[in-house]
Amino acid sequence: MNGRIQIAGEGLRKEYNRRTVFRDVSFSASSGETLLITGRNGSGKSTLVKIICGVLTPGGGTFSLTPGPHDPPRDQRGLIGLVSPYLQMFEEFSAMENLAIAMGIRGLPFDPARADALLERVAIFPRRHDPVRTYSSGMKQRARYAFALIHTPPVLVLDEPMSNLDGEGTAIVRTVMADQRRDGILVVATNDLSDVDTYERRVDLNERA
Amino acid sequence: MSAPRISPRAFLRSAGSVFLKDWRSELRTRYAVSALLMFVVTTISIILFSLGSEGASPDALSGMLWVVVFFAAMSGLSRTFVMEEERGTTLTLQLLASPGAVFFGKLLFNLVLVTGLNVVTVLLYAAFINGFVIRTMSIFAVTVILGSMGFAAAATVIAAIIARANTKGTLYPVLSFPIVLPLLLSVIEATRKASEGAFFSEAAGEFQLLISYTVVVVVASAMLFEFIWKD
Repeated sequence: MNGRIQIAGEGLRKEYNRRTVFRDVSFSASSGETLLITGRNGSGKSTLVKIICGVLTPGGGTFSLTPGPHDPPRDQRGLIGLVSPYLQMFEEFSAMENLAIAMGIRGLPFDPARADALLERVAIFPRRHDPVRTYSSGMKQRARYAFALIHTPPVLVLDEPMSNLDGEGTAIVRTVMADQRRDGILVVATNDLSDVDTYERRVDLNERA
Repeated sequence: MSAPRISPRAFLRSAGSVFLKDWRSELRTRYAVSALLMFVVTTISIILFSLGSEGASPDALSGMLWVVVFFAAMSGLSRTFVMEEERGTTLTLQLLASPGAVFFGKLLFNLVLVTGLNVVTVLLYAAFINGFVIRTMSIFAVTVILGSMGFAAAATVIAAIIARANTKGTLYPVLSFPIVLPLLLSVIEATRKASEGAFFSEAAGEFQLLISYTVVVVVASAMLFEFIWKD
């Protein structure tokens, strides 16, 4: 492992009701690398994202996450952060409360100063005490970044990362992605291939249907 | 997956946080409490009007008390998982907590909710239903406590099973009835003994059955929950 966190999928397969979504999907990435997952609608990008995050069991093959010696001693959930339009926060609570809830449920101590800094970074700090249900879709997407980063995950998984974001939000996300590339593993599932040359690893699910 | 497993301390903190999240959510929305209270008040009113001034035997009144509790619990206890599904936060919880922590957090929340429900139901029932008299309070108190634990244990795992079904409302009581039948028979019998003034030791058989039922349901649920919860 050379002291670096590593993720690897080997021969992954997934079916829903006898329909094969993808098969024989293999990939690997380690700290400092970015994995791009592409494919047309329905090709299984979100399904593969959920397998990487440990919330879905593959129909075949294996996925492994091997922490480096400097990574915190946590289970798989504690090492991964996910941002996705289908990931809902607890909307009756504020963004700040959501971050505290997330840390509590992860079994980790909550640092309000770090939460403030993250909410400042995604530019929703002035609304941090308002219930999430009062946020616009773009603000919710920004809040998801704070939610995914609060536990400093070495693996950050982004499913359609620019969804619902305006120009300012897009710029914020680009800095988040750049930081993650430097410090850990970045996994991006998208159809936006504008920056495709900047990704070290790529899985094209169109070839795996 | 070679990352380390969560420590027991972190597990307890995680389960406690799931409970606190649900508790604070309930304090803000009062969704389950409102549904439960409305059901209890409505059902006791119907029983009151049905009986009129004629009254009923202690056996029948003991049974009716637990019929109220059963259907009230079935109307409210499923919310703990159904609301996560309806709000789309099931995936969020799956990302944050181990299945075991979610199960025990939800179980604790349902236990608090059903204990509160049972206390309110008993108070209203005793206040408004003529002829419902408890002569051995110790039997009745232990019955309510053990019955609450048994209901919470069964209701939690059944709620997790039906949360993803399309016919949640009808499926819940139908699926629950055969599972809670041993529990219902025991609490009804223990309540009858309490109303007849039996000695505490005479209800020992019912208490043993209630404890065994709760332990078996909790252990089996904890073992099966990951399969129910994950995919």
